[in-house]
Amino acid sequence: MDGKARYRVSFLLLGTCVIVFCILNICVGSVEISPQDIFRSLLGQEIGRTAERILWDIRLPRTLAALILGGALALAGYLLQSFFHNPIAGPFVLGVSSGSKMAVALVMVFLMGKAVRVSAAALITAAFAGALFSMGFVLFMSGKVRQMSMLVVSGVMIGYICSAVTELVVTFADDADIVNLHNWSRGSFSGMSWDNVAVMAVVTAAAFAAVFWMAKPLDAYRLGEAYAQNSGVDIPLLRVKMVLLSSILAACTVAFAGPVSFVGVAVPHLVKSLSGSAKPIFLIPACFLGGSAFCLFCDLLARNLFAPTEISISTVTAVFGAPVVLWVMARRKKEDVR
Amino acid sequence: MRDPYFFTEKMCVGHKSPLIEDIRIRLDRGEILTLIGPNGAGKSTVLKSIARQIGLMGGAVYLDGRSLEHMSGAELARKMAIVLTERLRTERMTCEDVAATGRYPYTGHFGILSEKDRRAVREAMELVHVAEIRDQDFGKVSDGQRQRVMLARAICQEPEIIILDEPTSYLDVKYKLEFLSVLQEMRKKRDLTVVMALHELDLAARVSDKVLCLNGRYVDRFGRPEEVFEQGYISRLFGISAGSFDEGNGNMELEAAKGEAEVFVIAGGGTGRNTYRSLQRRGIPFATGILFQNDLDYPVARALAADCIAAESFEPISGELLLEAREKMETCKKVICCREAFGTYEAANRELLAFAEKGGKTVEWPGAERGG
Repeated sequence: MDGKARYRVSFLLLGTCVIVFCILNICVGSVEISPQDIFRSLLGQEIGRTAERILWDIRLPRTLAALILGGALALAGYLLQSFFHNPIAGPFVLGVSSGSKMAVALVMVFLMGKAVRVSAAALITAAFAGALFSMGFVLFMSGKVRQMSMLVVSGVMIGYICSAVTELVVTFADDADIVNLHNWSRGSFSGMSWDNVAVMAVVTAAAFAAVFWMAKPLDAYRLGEAYAQNSGVDIPLLRVKMVLLSSILAACTVAFAGPVSFVGVAVPHLVKSLSGSAKPIFLIPACFLGGSAFCLFCDLLARNLFAPTEISISTVTAVFGAPVVLWVMARRKKEDVR
Repeated sequence: MRDPYFFTEKMCVGHKSPLIEDIRIRLDRGEILTLIGPNGAGKSTVLKSIARQIGLMGGAVYLDGRSLEHMSGAELARKMAIVLTERLRTERMTCEDVAATGRYPYTGHFGILSEKDRRAVREAMELVHVAEIRDQDFGKVSDGQRQRVMLARAICQEPEIIILDEPTSYLDVKYKLEFLSVLQEMRKKRDLTVVMALHELDLAARVSDKVLCLNGRYVDRFGRPEEVFEQGYISRLFGISAGSFDEGNGNMELEAAKGEAEVFVIAGGGTGRNTYRSLQRRGIPFATGILFQNDLDYPVARALAADCIAAESFEPISGELLLEAREKMETCKKVICCREAFGTYEAANRELLAFAEKGGKTVEWPGAERGG
């Protein structure tokens, strides 16, 4: 039963990481807030106006956003990897994030031009449409090419196309919007409102529940479609669900934080290595926690490493995520030779 | 008339366009059906169509009186298991994990294995001798072990019918026999019906109750092995041009050396087979005789010898036949005698040898050669 013990240890570790990084994210910054103050403020006690504003208006929503969206990204990556039986698939690599980014940029610029306030729901819808657009393209290509490298290349290509369109839109947007858009299009957890946090929490929670609910067919799907079908899995339905859910999760992240790279690809592998297992029923929650911890950690660095200058979140996630992808590919190659 | 347990009606299979039409299979419960045919004849397509992996182009498949088309995926999963040839790529799955996926139709919403499920998995793994590798990574065991784990998966699915696509391909002879024994055992114990494609015709002839022969365009034959494995049929089905297949005993021989016989081999009782094959390897055409048609050497001689002089079984060797053999021997440069002594009813062969020695032919004894 040491497998089960390892699950427990993994969960404990991931949970601890999430909590510790949450506290650090809230405490550390240009203005330090002590953990005691956080606790007191949460209980409704006074801790001073400035600290309160920083805590409640900036740090707390931002931390929660990193927690929720990080988990969402990791889960999206996990779903895409399962879907394509491809260990280096992920929302960013396959261009799903870029598709969302393009759609969101278009909608934002269009609506801002008409001086309409962009609602969170509209953003998510646009991001979802963009994600599906990219997914559609990648799926079309995956029907044509069977190699995993080619699949990734087509994802990267659609990503470039979408990014180019986004750049174009940003370039011609009004000056006032540019700062906002530019920051967002590079990926950042800054400037989250509580409304945003509420919407992303609801969407992500629903998607998470739906994914967890299909842990069993996902388990059977690990042996490939033929055997899963023989086990009684409704393959077309499962595939549609996987595409929709991964797109929703990726879209939700992009709508609020812009494209965040490498979380979706790297985290599932890190979690699998940690737990030594790839059982969906365990991996789904573990990936979520792992993604949360990863994004919280990266955002902490993004904010504080070169303070007061903030670096984009993708810069940090790439530094930590890309080596994981390389490691996975190297290991994979070795197995192919065998 | 009562419908059989498993049957097809005007079944038509293919990818996009019909490949094989009007397939009629009738199987009773507990029968083993083997699909044979050359590469690309559509064996896998038929199997996948039966297993609903690809849609039928027409007709219907019935199991236990019901059309497969009308069964839900879950229902079919409890009745039918598959073992495919495709190599699987798994990630961090132990052999036990893989086998346990067979319990899918029986577990609850989250797929948690109950004690009963675990026992079924354990028993299935023991049955095919993979219990000792249960904790090893599925990706790191040998092809043969993997194949057996997949069989364990199929067994613990507790199916009524099992579909296997070339299940013995990766197995060595020990496990080939064991694999098929397990199928027979399952048939005896659980009345399991088996539909499989096999490349090994010799095994197919031995294990099957029914054989379906495919040639890539239509079903050439369907029937009991003794009906199907008729003299010369396999060579025709597979278009064998180099070498031969003996339907009677499942033996294969390579192509006979071409040309007029240069060596005459006196053989019988299984003493000549190795000499025949040795001559074939060296590319020397030979004649042989006098063999009874029920002699162990006879099938090999027929496949490899340029001339085979054979006598009717259980009948004395006639004078004419002896004469024919002598004439044949005259034309050969050398004689190899595989017999050390001659029995009462093959006195003709003793005469033949004496004739050779008297005629000044070089006579070799393969036994003596080995000794020297």
